[in-house]
Amino acid sequence: MALALEMKGITKRFPGVLANDHISFQLEKGEIHCLLGENGAGKTTLMNILYGLYRPDEGQIFLDSREAHIRSPHDAIAQGIGMVHQHFMLIPVMTVAENVILGMEITHRGVLDRSEAARRIREFSHQYGLDVDPTAYVKDLPVGLQQRGEIVKALYRGADVLILDEPTAVLTPQESEELFRIMRSLAGQGKSIIFITHKLKEVFAVADRITVLRDGRVAGVTTPKEATEARLAAMMVGREVILSVEKKPAQMGDVVLKVEDLQVRDDRGYMAVDGISLEVHAGGILGIAGVQGNGQTELVEALTGLRPVAGGKVVILGDDVTADRPREIIEQGVAHIPEDRHKHGLVLSFPLADNLVLSTYYRPPFAYGVAINNDAIDENGRRLIAEFDVRTPSVYSLAGTLSGGNQQKLIVAREFSRPIKLLIAAQPTRGLDVGSTEFIHQRLVQRRDAGCAVLLVSVELDEIMSLSDRIAVIYRGKIIGSMPADKATPEMLGLLMAGIKETEGSAGDRSDR
Amino acid sequence: MTAEAGKHRGIPWRKWVAAWSQRVSDLAIPFLAVFTALAIGAVVIWASGASVPKAYQGLFEGALGSPRGIAETLVIATPYTLAGLAVALGFRCGLFNIGAEGQFYLGALFAVWVGYSVKGLPIFVHLPLAILVGALGGALWGAIPGFLKARLGTHEVINTIMMNYIAVLMVDWLVNRKGPMWDSTSTVPRTPYILPTATLPQLVPPYRLHAGLLIAIAAVFVVYWLLWKTTLGFEIRAVGANPSAAKYAGMSVTRNFVLAMTFSGVLAGLAGAGEVLGLNRTLPAAFVSGYGFDSIAIALLAKSHPLFVPFAAILWAILRNGAGLMQIRAGISVDLISIVQALVIAFVAADEIIRWLYRIGKKEEIKEVVFTRGWGR
Repeated sequence: MALALEMKGITKRFPGVLANDHISFQLEKGEIHCLLGENGAGKTTLMNILYGLYRPDEGQIFLDSREAHIRSPHDAIAQGIGMVHQHFMLIPVMTVAENVILGMEITHRGVLDRSEAARRIREFSHQYGLDVDPTAYVKDLPVGLQQRGEIVKALYRGADVLILDEPTAVLTPQESEELFRIMRSLAGQGKSIIFITHKLKEVFAVADRITVLRDGRVAGVTTPKEATEARLAAMMVGREVILSVEKKPAQMGDVVLKVEDLQVRDDRGYMAVDGISLEVHAGGILGIAGVQGNGQTELVEALTGLRPVAGGKVVILGDDVTADRPREIIEQGVAHIPEDRHKHGLVLSFPLADNLVLSTYYRPPFAYGVAINNDAIDENGRRLIAEFDVRTPSVYSLAGTLSGGNQQKLIVAREFSRPIKLLIAAQPTRGLDVGSTEFIHQRLVQRRDAGCAVLLVSVELDEIMSLSDRIAVIYRGKIIGSMPADKATPEMLGLLMAGIKETEGSAGDRSDR
Repeated sequence: MTAEAGKHRGIPWRKWVAAWSQRVSDLAIPFLAVFTALAIGAVVIWASGASVPKAYQGLFEGALGSPRGIAETLVIATPYTLAGLAVALGFRCGLFNIGAEGQFYLGALFAVWVGYSVKGLPIFVHLPLAILVGALGGALWGAIPGFLKARLGTHEVINTIMMNYIAVLMVDWLVNRKGPMWDSTSTVPRTPYILPTATLPQLVPPYRLHAGLLIAIAAVFVVYWLLWKTTLGFEIRAVGANPSAAKYAGMSVTRNFVLAMTFSGVLAGLAGAGEVLGLNRTLPAAFVSGYGFDSIAIALLAKSHPLFVPFAAILWAILRNGAGLMQIRAGISVDLISIVQALVIAFVAADEIIRWLYRIGKKEEIKEVVFTRGWGR
């Protein structure tokens, strides 16, 4: 088969880091080629080189067997390379059609011809099986359709090589399936696709070929037929990885968190959490599954005092904390791993040591009266960094300099350093590599075994299923069903996540309501 | 191996290395900004036909070439330092206090009022009282916009600008002819002179340099201590760096807004008090300071670090104090200094804007540039 793209001996150095070390990468025409690797393995750097954002220090790029010089994204687009970024680059207050033609507007005597643009885009997207309403405003579309808009935009600009950067991170299992169908159809029409991911299951679902990167080098090239999940994980991490979480049966104790008919409004004033009741027991993990944006964020923020409660009751260890401030809730023995580690979890411009006392800085031994005891803070930092294996030059490094996995370990270290009775973990492994995910999962289970009550909120179905003792599914601000984890199947949960409630036969509902 | 040795002696030397290398790289930009601004200023001088060496020689001789010149430079640097600290403290809490000017006026107003109206106190009571009340005046003027932001969410930039107008016009009304604080024995609109017991003593007579300098120096260390050695400072910096994370960690963001604005007002108020108690001894209607606005530039140049503020203040004072002799020597207008100052700020601020805009970290951060900041998150 003809090569659509070849990258030869690509090397890119950043100060102190060899991000790409003589990487060679081949993409055939009509192929879905998966680029797999942990965070920091060099995937993004390689793709940014291909997309003209960086210049390689060494190496060559060939498109259709001709050497290409790509100096800017503009160059890349002109030469038929399109990229769909993880965070969409669409303008929310414009329609899909307006976004697609942005920069190459269709005009009629100098005036934008909206209906002609919409017509052409409708036709164009239909041709690729990417149906999306061109006149819809982007902000009104669900994430899956926004992503389609991005793909249409790239194709409309003449992309033959399509780079999809972690496209499934924001999708439901069903939406992911739909995306895979689109990818296959595009490949069938001769488009070549580079699919960046770190989810192993997806690789097997869609890839024709797999290139694994590790520490800036190619760790191996294989196909889904030849590889197994365990082998791919080992290639990514460089050692054997335990993919499933080993845990003992739960020793459930008393109710620690009791939520009754909770109602919470989102930023726009809509009822995002609409009458949720649940209980979390000591020594047990309650997993809340659901597609992103169904009220999980508001639920967690309300439980931790970050968002006012509109109705209902939150009781922790018998105390009504519904109207309490974050500090009062923290002092009840509640730990919170927030879903957005950059927004809530860390002060990126603070040293690690300071971040590790972010919620305890005012208490001995870190402070006596108003005077901060920096020695105690540094000492605490050194101890926790060693204990939680945070990779850093020193406790004085700024939190912003760490990789995502190490930042998350830092948060876990901080939250576990206090005596806690309830742990609220929201998307605790989002964006993390296999190694860090394994580490954090083990720590969560350890806490549960030590008698801590755990509320786990995650959009990763695998995570929910492997960690939880009981699973509840959230849909449009309500618990649509719940069941013991050992009775749950991905299909059942997937249907519930999409809001489809089976009337019979399932182990659904009741007891957590 | 040295790391181990250091650890065993219990000396966290790595902390100092990290802190100082950070500081040196922090300093590089202001330094280059000043240098580049002076270089461009030289081009302007040359282009207008004057002698560059003569002009800059005049500038530095005027500011530093004589004991009197040095004393005057320090006289100007004193309010600059205090007001610069005020703005810097606000920045540390994520607040843009444009109201230093108004807080400065209130400090001057309250101090001069205590200075002339309270009689019969010994100097060691009267003077501290006048200073304290001046600080309170500034605190009041800072606390109001802080409180409005905390309670109603109104932006401090708008409110502090409005508070500036109120302060300036209020002082104008109070001290003008027929105003409640007008000294009716005087032909010019001003308050009565303060009593000798409320006067900040001169440090090295006959020069005008006064004890306000000592207050400014003390304030530098107090602010440093407050920000880095107290729980309150920890909170203020956390709120300034990431209010969401501060709230998550159980801090009260609104309380810190009010406190930071209040302390900011105290510092600017002290600057105003120092001017009337140490130099003018009265508050004239024609009281024009501009210190409050220049202090924004000084805080920016000092990277909002209290220990750098006095240096930036001295630089600003040199430029302002030396301008006169520069004009005489080289025949170039004093307005050149405004050009140089504007350029310094443009370079320092543009760097901040660029870093902020693109989230480019400090040199220590070797991260892949995040260019894809979508709205989707």
